[in-house]
Amino acid sequence: MQRPQGGRPERGDRPDRGPGGPGGGREGGRKFFRRKKVCKFCVEKIDDINYKDVRLLQQFVAERGKIVPRRLTGVCTPHQRRLTAAIKRARNIALLPFAAR
Amino acid sequence: MEIAKIMQRAYEVMFIVRPDLTEEEVDKLLATLQGHATSAGAAIQNVEKMGKRRLAYDVKKFQDGFYVLFTLNADGKAIHELERRLRVAEPVIKFITVRTDEEQQRLEKVRKLRAARTKRPPAEAPAAVAESESPAVGA
Repeated sequence: MQRPQGGRPERGDRPDRGPGGPGGGREGGRKFFRRKKVCKFCVEKIDDINYKDVRLLQQFVAERGKIVPRRLTGVCTPHQRRLTAAIKRARNIALLPFAAR
Repeated sequence: MEIAKIMQRAYEVMFIVRPDLTEEEVDKLLATLQGHATSAGAAIQNVEKMGKRRLAYDVKKFQDGFYVLFTLNADGKAIHELERRLRVAEPVIKFITVRTDEEQQRLEKVRKLRAARTKRPPAEAPAAVAESESPAVGA
């Protein structure tokens, strides 16, 4: 979710973490190019995170079937919570793997 | 929701039927399940056959499964009975029941909020989003 005031600078305020996320490339040495990550669900106004929507959920599951952390995807906390619940449900009914391979 | 009557709630029951049944056998199974559900007091709204799908992992040594989704209004007892039937039914290899009424209510609320917000000038919208969305989502 976007903060109402005091827009974060492009470089971010946590320099200890790697860039990560889509489009965040490393430019060697100390310099980081950090694309400001925004929550996909807030931006595209997806209210309903449904366990049946495998296509959507798959974007937030790593190759081995793990749930990708917020810090990498930029999903906001409330949405990540719903996303996690949906992924777990989908796993339960064999729509998503618990562990791939 | 009516509290005076027995609690009727919206549920979704998704289950997987083994893939080696023929189409007619699946239909027959669904018909009997629906019969059991209605006699237990559930009002079936919709039955969706989602078709054959590859399972994400093996279930009872099957790699594929025939997915079916029931949408229904029922009370806890009827759901319990339906789940028991599903457990006993040998062609059903996996099922999950999800209660949907609370989620639907939440979605309606969010939608209403959003509709109300778009009528106002867009200049004050971003601040309003941050303030009003978090309690609505967290509730």
